Amino acid sequence: MDTAFAERRRRDLIVAFVLAAIAAVVPLFVKDVYVQNMMVLTLMWGALSQSWNILSGYCGQISLGHALYFGLGAYTTALLFTKFGVLPWFGMLGGGVISAAIAMALGYPCFRLRGHYFVIATIVIAEIGLLLFHNWDWAGAAMGIEIPVRGDSWLKFQFPRSKLPYFYFALALACVAWFVTWWLEDSKWGYWWRAVKDNPEAAESLGVVVFNSKMGAAAVSAFLVAVGGSFYAQFVYFIDPESVMGFQFSLLMALPAVLGGIGTLWGPLLGAVILIPLTELTRSYVGGSGRGVDLIVYGGLIIAISLARPQGLIGLFSPRRKEPAR
Amino acid sequence: MTAETIIQSLASGLLMGLLYGLIAVGLALIFGLMDVVNFAHGEFLMIAMYATFFLFAFFAIDPLLSAPLVAAALFVFGAVVYLLIVRFAVRAKANAGMVQIFSTFGLAIVMRGLAQYFFTPDYRSVTHSWLGGKTVSVAGIFLPVPQLVGALVAIAAFGALYLFINRTDFGRALEATREDAGAVALVGIDKNKVFALGWGLGAALVGLSGAIMAIFFYIYPDVGASFALIAYVTVALGGFGSVFGAFAGGIIVGLVEATTALLLPPSLKAVGIYAVYLLVVFIRPRGLFGSM
Repeated sequence: MDTAFAERRRRDLIVAFVLAAIAAVVPLFVKDVYVQNMMVLTLMWGALSQSWNILSGYCGQISLGHALYFGLGAYTTALLFTKFGVLPWFGMLGGGVISAAIAMALGYPCFRLRGHYFVIATIVIAEIGLLLFHNWDWAGAAMGIEIPVRGDSWLKFQFPRSKLPYFYFALALACVAWFVTWWLEDSKWGYWWRAVKDNPEAAESLGVVVFNSKMGAAAVSAFLVAVGGSFYAQFVYFIDPESVMGFQFSLLMALPAVLGGIGTLWGPLLGAVILIPLTELTRSYVGGSGRGVDLIVYGGLIIAISLARPQGLIGLFSPRRKEPAR
Repeated sequence: MTAETIIQSLASGLLMGLLYGLIAVGLALIFGLMDVVNFAHGEFLMIAMYATFFLFAFFAIDPLLSAPLVAAALFVFGAVVYLLIVRFAVRAKANAGMVQIFSTFGLAIVMRGLAQYFFTPDYRSVTHSWLGGKTVSVAGIFLPVPQLVGALVAIAAFGALYLFINRTDFGRALEATREDAGAVALVGIDKNKVFALGWGLGAALVGLSGAIMAIFFYIYPDVGASFALIAYVTVALGGFGSVFGAFAGGIIVGLVEATTALLLPPSLKAVGIYAVYLLVVFIRPRGLFGSM
């Protein structure tokens, strides 16, 4: 059993290297800006969903408030840059640290809550964050923040002329999120999380420090999501509370993982690769009318997949993980 | 801030709170019955409001008269949603909690999309209804008539629901199923039928709320979202599954909202509700009236 697991982990790592290498050369052949943009978004949402998956999938604490961390990352970067001229790289790190700290501070009371009480608490907390930013004049309130463009530069993390640098950063982010997940899967935390998810009482009685392992998951998850938010702010040059902290972001982070396979290593990326291009295409082909056809398609897909394949699409690719015949 | 202003806003908070309770009680009923949270609850409210609006716009039926019609229509709708979606969601063996959340979320998104498609994103309102824009003065306090009637309807609905659950065969089947869904099958109660009727009843209650809300609130495809969040908070505050909890939770939410509006800028009035929710569940992790 253990050797099979080690074997799978080694193969996962090789597959990841190969996929990352393939992904890295794709934009050299695909020059279409629309497609490149879609690839950036796919990688970004894949990375975000992978990070969400650490807390909600592996550790089983379903959060529908991760938009808070996304928004904090975006706002920290944008505010530090526009108000103090601090380079986005530091904003990224700062946003990550702030988000991780807040996730742990919130985790302290929230992790006592079970099931729906926890889910609703996460929604409510993110909503409070949204309302506060809406009313925070220094941070641009409802008007948001426009990030001034100062020309192409890795130092300032701005590339108005090409999508390629964004693509490579998003790819790196997806790789980091994947690798962190891969690494944690076989760590002490990883085992704890699975135990906590399956049966918290039993885990507690076996000496798993349930609370600490949830805190760890929350911190890692929030840090990575905040880095994603920070990237997003630099990518779109404009943020306002609704566009980085709105509830739909929490949902968008969860969906790829749910679609691909929650609590699995590859689920979030698979989900993002299917869902994000589909979303973008339906939006540009039928959503342009502003009449909600994209929502109908999107929502219908969510219902169909969650009912038809509750374990996620990843199950289609790995028959060996099915329950053994008894 | 005079004592009069405070009493005035607490009074309107109380009225609004009863209506919040009415919106939430269907959610509580369904949750108590089968441990499922309907994340499309706000969209149920939204279509009830549209139904009321169209009955008014095309047939000039006043919301007060169309309320029973809308409730009946929503009853059918709720039962159909159970039979087409929820029935399968609760059967999922893997990730049961997730499936249930996302299938109803998916439904919410579809309903919002359909509303945008058929009704456009425009804001609509029921103009010149019998009660619209009227106020009465009780002991020097001015109360808006639509909210007052809404509160009375809510109280009547709570009473009817109480009698229904305690005095009718179906109510007893409902109670028995929520106690032990497995055991009721042994005495010949069709679990699916009870669940479908429970969903119908839950939806009918939100239909009733929607008809009343249509008198004094704008109607647009996203209108459900904010009320749904308040409804989740209301239900969770009272303790999931407790119909009485939803009633009490609604009153608390209404009063807290009114108080917050006195102290903070209007755009932050929801913060008070959310903060009280967090405070309550942090102290009592199963809500005020939930069993520990």
